[in-house]
Parts: sequence; C-alpha cells; structure tokens
Amino acid sequence: MPRAIKKIDRRIWHHPILEFKRGRKIKFYFENQEVEGYEGESVAIALYANGIDVLSWTPEGRPRGAFCMIGKCSSCFMIVDGIPNVRTCREPVREGMHISRQRGLPPIPEIKKRREEKVEEEIIETDFLIIGGGPAGLSAALKAAEYGLRVILVEDHFKLGGQLVKQTHKFFGSKELFGGLRGFQIAETLAKKVMENKNIRVLLETTAYGIFRDGWIGLASKNKHYKVRAKTILFATGAYENYLAFPGNDLPGVMGAGGAQTIMNEYGVKPGNNALVVGAGNVGLIIAYQLLQAGVNVKAIVEIMPQIGGWAVHAAKVRRYGVPIYTQHTIKRVWGEERVEGATIVKVDKKFQPIPGTEKDIECDLVLLAVGLTPDVSLLKQMGAKMAWVPELGGLVAYRTKYMETTIPGVFIAGDVKGIEEATVAMIEGQIAALSAVLRVKKNDQKAIEEREKLVRILEEYRQSPLLARVREGIKKVLIKEGEGA
Amino acid sequence: MTSEKIPRYRVDGIIPLEVIKELGLFPPEERLKKGPVVLIECPEKIPCNICVSACPFGAISMDSIIDIPKVDWDKCTGCATCVALCPGLAIFVVDLSKEDKAYITVPHEFIPAPDVGEEVILLNKEGKRVGKGKVVRVFERNKTYVVTVEVPRELVFEVRAIWVERRK
Repeated sequence: MPRAIKKIDRRIWHHPILEFKRGRKIKFYFENQEVEGYEGESVAIALYANGIDVLSWTPEGRPRGAFCMIGKCSSCFMIVDGIPNVRTCREPVREGMHISRQRGLPPIPEIKKRREEKVEEEIIETDFLIIGGGPAGLSAALKAAEYGLRVILVEDHFKLGGQLVKQTHKFFGSKELFGGLRGFQIAETLAKKVMENKNIRVLLETTAYGIFRDGWIGLASKNKHYKVRAKTILFATGAYENYLAFPGNDLPGVMGAGGAQTIMNEYGVKPGNNALVVGAGNVGLIIAYQLLQAGVNVKAIVEIMPQIGGWAVHAAKVRRYGVPIYTQHTIKRVWGEERVEGATIVKVDKKFQPIPGTEKDIECDLVLLAVGLTPDVSLLKQMGAKMAWVPELGGLVAYRTKYMETTIPGVFIAGDVKGIEEATVAMIEGQIAALSAVLRVKKNDQKAIEEREKLVRILEEYRQSPLLARVREGIKKVLIKEGEGA
Repeated sequence: MTSEKIPRYRVDGIIPLEVIKELGLFPPEERLKKGPVVLIECPEKIPCNICVSACPFGAISMDSIIDIPKVDWDKCTGCATCVALCPGLAIFVVDLSKEDKAYITVPHEFIPAPDVGEEVILLNKEGKRVGKGKVVRVFERNKTYVVTVEVPRELVFEVRAIWVERRK
C-alpha cells in the first residue's frame, strides 16, 4: 500500500555554484493526492522533490525508482493521464495532470480514443541532420551552419545541452575550446547560439526512431511525425550509464551517478543525505565533489581496481574534504524496504574476487553507480554501419575515419557514441564531423579542408596524455585508414 | 599501466610534496622568503592549459597542452588568479615571507564563503581538521572563492582547504 505523502521538500534553495530559476508553481495529482511542481521540472523530478522514491512495482512486487533520469532506461515508467509506460524523467509537469504508479504490467489504454487524435506529418529535406543536442551535436550544428548548410537538430529532451547542463565543474582544456568554463555555462553558450542561428532548425522532444532503406529517416514527437531526407547525417546520440549486478541493485536510491547529477544539478533537488559512490573514475570523483556541494554527506568512494581511474587532482579535491577512497573494494549488496538504507562493501583480491571477512557496512540512502558508460549506437546498428566491440571505448562502436565518417558514406559520428571520452573531445569531433558534412555537400571547400586538418591535429595532441593510452588503443582498433573505403 | 608501479597518489588521492618537488613545481627557498608564490599540485599530463592563459604575468608556460606546467618564479607575484581559474582546483599560493606566521591561499566552492577576519577550520589533504586560521583576503571568480588564511608556519604545506562553520 502506498504510504501517505509526508510534506517533504528536497529542493535545494542555496547552492555554491548554481542558481535554480524555477518556473511558476504547478499543481498536479499523484495517486489522487495533490502535489506541487514547478514549470520546467519533469514529472519524475517533481515527485522525487516531494519525497516519492517508489515510481513503480515490478510484477514480483519489487519497488523501482529513478535510475538514469535522461530518458535512456525504463526505471521511471509511470501512468500519465491514463497512458502507461510514460518515461516520466522526460515528461514535463503540467497543471492538473494525473500520475499513478504501475504495479506489474500496466493496463493497455483504450485504442479507439487514441486513433481519433490527428497526427500531423511533415516532410523535410535538409543538408545535415544531427541526432542529439549535446556538446557534439551543438558544436556540429554551429560549424555546419557557419558554412551555409541547412541543419536539422533533433533532441529527445525538452532542452538542449545534453549532459553538459548538469556539469558544475570547470572544464579542462584550452580557453579557445571553453576550457575553464563550467559545463552548464558551455551548454548555455552553445544552445543560445544554436537557437539564434537561422540555418539551424531545432526539434525538441523529438526522437529519431528509425532509418529506412529508401533513405527516409523517421522522427516522432508527441503529436507530429517527420519524414526526413538528409544529404548527410551525424549521430551524436551519446551514451547511457552502466549497471552493476549485486543484490538489491534495483532498490530506489541505487542510481546512475549521472542520474543523481541530473536530479541535483539540472533541477536543484537533493538526491539523498548519505551517499556511497561506486567507481573512482572521473565521473565518480566529480559526482562525489558535487554531492558535497549540494550538502550531501559522501560516506565513501569504492573502486574495484587497484588504483583511482580518474585524474589525481579530482581525487585530491574530494580527499581534502574528508571523503575516503577505497581501492580494491566493491559493493556487495544494499538493503532497505522502499529505499536504500545501507550497503555492504567488500575488499577484493587480485582477481577481483571478494575476500570473505573484509565486509564493511555503510549506512546510506543513496548508492551511485559510476562504473562506466555504453555508447548509444542503436540507430547506427540499425542502419548497417560496420561495428566492432571495443572495451576501451565502452562497448560496441562504429568504424570511422579520422574525419568521423562511418562505413556508410555521408554518415558521421561524434562524442560518446563513437567511444566514451569527455565533452571537450566531443565538441572537437562534432566540428570535424560537421566540416566533413560540409565537404560532402559542397566539394572542395578549401577553408573547410584546412580547418578540419587543424582540428584533427588538436584532437591528436589532446589524446597524447599517457593517461589516455587506453582510449588511443581503442580508437586504433576501429580507425579506417585513408584509402580503406568510406 | 599494469606492469608499471602505481604511484601512491593514484591509490589514495593524496599528492605528496615530494612528487611536486620532483616535477620542479616546488618554489625555491629564496623565492619562498620573498613573498607569496604559486604552488601547483598538478602531477599528471592533463590536456589543459588554463593556468597558462590565466596568468596575468606570463609566469606559467607549457610547450604542449598535455605538458605539466612550468613556473617562472621571478615572474610569479602570487596574485592567485590561477588559483581561481584552475579547473582541477590544484593551485595554491604560499607566503612564508613573514617570520612569525605564514599564509596559504586555497580555492573554496562551498557555502558559506568566509568573510575577511573570520576564523575558519583548516583541513589537510585527507580532510582532517588540523587547526583554525583567520581569513585575511577573499575574492571570487565565476563562483570559485579564493581564500587566503593565516596559518601556523608548520602547517603551510599541509592545509589544502578551509571549512566555514557558523553558529546559527
């Protein structure tokens, strides 16, 4: 039985870096009880802010809560105004809407009523279709538009910026490539330029769902269907967070590190009070620091490898505020009723096997998984681009030239979809891909050729760092050399 | 990477002074006596050169973006602009020019930010509270506060952060 809603407000009203500009108050209904959200919040966020952790129950009756919060998983599926399986992390709150939880398999709504609704259709012809409005997609759109290409930019969220919008730390890099600015500031700068550019048409809350043999690309938003024919396409679809198998891993409070980042930095809601972070790569280290900034106590970071995966300076940043990092440790299990109440960590041997007797219990209400990302390559696979499994790059990725072209002429990749790296690289790659698209549409543009060579050199220099050796190895495995097709 | 010996700081996240000294990033004794000077604790080849473009005096240089910064000790004035702008929050300023006391300048991105004259808690590289110190200077750049605090001389190379605790 659902518990009565206690008056809980998890919203963050004071933050050292961020100011949360909330829209007007919106009243809606959660299982027939009135709850309050703010314009610009998603349903899942508004519920979380009101202290609602359980978003659904599995057919076996296990509670489920938020996990990725960026529209890539199915943890936040709920019934919205009678429609089941609505991804509530991407559903904006609206006055008077009715939300309820699914228990097992939800009832299918009456089909007759849905059929009567008219779906508008539009046919679009364009030079450059970009799928994904994160750092790679935005940079690509601006570069292509600069060279006069007509650009369509598709984004499934209701705002642009991708995962940059929740990055509060200052970026490494050089001044010319937004280094020194905070991630959300880079997102704001790029998104503003894109929205103002007459050559770029942005389609928000729109999903690219398929690419068809006769060359049509299908896009769908809630009430509109688009058939697109594009001379060139860029996949800048990013990645999704990895899961980890351990007992209790589906309990609300076990989340992707990025999911928690969305909750606290994009929407200003405190994700928990006491956190355990699993994984000491850059994502894990950065999230730990950001949790501290949001007033969350970070109990520990555990890392299964014998050393920290991220940059030492990021580790030093959390250590000096007293966060312990346990290398050669992993999470064994979590426990709790309808939310995480604690976790057991354990030391591992050289073969990553738990050492009995080394278990330690940690009281926490939040377990954040920062155990890597997987490139979101579904459309590329469907289209038939040649793919390879490259662990160094996060999984299945497409073969590409140094100009970011896949084995399908005119189809490009940039950012995490081509292999997991970080946002500065994504921005450079987006520009390289855009210039390649320019050269497909308007052959022999000398300026584009020169600019592209310069960017390729910058990217190569970036990756020369000894700590990026793994990424370099990975890229080698899927690099199409000049004269080898594409 | 696996065959090489793992540096200790990649296990515990604590970058010791010996590593900084080996990299040539520890200010020479004579320079330390003269006045405030930068202490960059950046031991890895991060593709980043923000400190180079940040320095108003051209005191920090790199040949390539993945180099470890080099400091021209005569040009550095200890102004702490780089402390505010370093994305890794890895830069500090130390001042050992006064005989009886010392000063350290650290970045601070938590609320509240301290006021000049306020007594704050001093944290070492492991987050241990090692004492209290009086804030002598505060400035802010893009939400990073740069706080200079008076510390006992023996703590100047230990303190890496401050914490503000106010009674309500």
